[in-house]
Amino acid sequence: MTIAGGTAVGLWHAEANLQDVDAVIIPGGFSYGDYLRAGAIARFAPLMDKVVDASKAGMPVLGICNGFQILTEAHLLPGSMIKNNHLKFSCADQLLRVENNTTAWTSAYAKDSGMVIPLKNQDGQYVADEKTLDELEGEGRVVFRYDGVNPNGSRRNIAGISNAAGNVVGLMPHPEHAVEAGFGPDASAYGEVGLGYGTDGLGIFTSVLTSLVAGGKSRPFPQIPPPARRSSASTRSSTPPPHRTPTFPGLNWA
Amino acid sequence: MPRIVVDVMPKPEILDPQGKAIAGALPRLGLTGFTGVRQGKRFELTVDGDVTPEVLEQARTAAATLLSNPVIEDVTRVEVLPEA
Repeated sequence: MTIAGGTAVGLWHAEANLQDVDAVIIPGGFSYGDYLRAGAIARFAPLMDKVVDASKAGMPVLGICNGFQILTEAHLLPGSMIKNNHLKFSCADQLLRVENNTTAWTSAYAKDSGMVIPLKNQDGQYVADEKTLDELEGEGRVVFRYDGVNPNGSRRNIAGISNAAGNVVGLMPHPEHAVEAGFGPDASAYGEVGLGYGTDGLGIFTSVLTSLVAGGKSRPFPQIPPPARRSSASTRSSTPPPHRTPTFPGLNWA
Repeated sequence: MPRIVVDVMPKPEILDPQGKAIAGALPRLGLTGFTGVRQGKRFELTVDGDVTPEVLEQARTAAATLLSNPVIEDVTRVEVLPEA
């Protein structure tokens, strides 16, 4: 959030105080040890009541990984996550497609643009009944879809969804691990990058700032600038090349 | 002290990867009589005193809210255990 230009404020799950923040990001992790079900106990943390109320009033809320699981357990987003279909913890850079760029969290991306960010979880298989899936598709609420490979058996390759209003978004992969050149994935959907120079996730966080500045309404925003590259690559064109399926090693784990 | 047992099973239409893994292991033990395994959860709620209708109702509420997720699971039993 800080890298995107915002101010990060830590919120404590046991306190029912949102400290006047403008948006909430529920991060990944294994809240309460993932006992019972991923996110099931965290959903009843005192802070979550406040988050639920605030989200209903339009506050942007983003759930990442375990945060996504918490949002489904809190019924802010439909469906649920069960164990990966291959039963293993998986960790790899993952190509996604941003199918809805009108949410509070995705306005910085061009519709259907690619995004390479890390995916790392055990319970990442998104499931919902067919009716719910059809509704999500029909209303354009499938925000992110896995591209190239379905890493965990998620229904219809769904990686992330939004509520009807578009202010609440959840996704399993981790955009926050692809925001700083040198500490990100080794690949980008915008062209070749040096090792660790993938910053495709940054647009998530600039999007919410844009939507907040625009008065709580998300609006389309020009495509994010090409991710930072190593100086040796500076002679290359700065225009992002059209997307092609990357062949980086991370995708070959399956 | 009396206990209330709550059983939770994955919904029939939900793939149960854990059950599938167990089903795959059984033949290795020579146990070939099973075509499938589904793994659920059993909770035992201990009650201090009598199981009143109110307490049993609380157990049902717990089963439906915290102990199970209706999107992926069914509560298959909420029952007072006979005292040992």
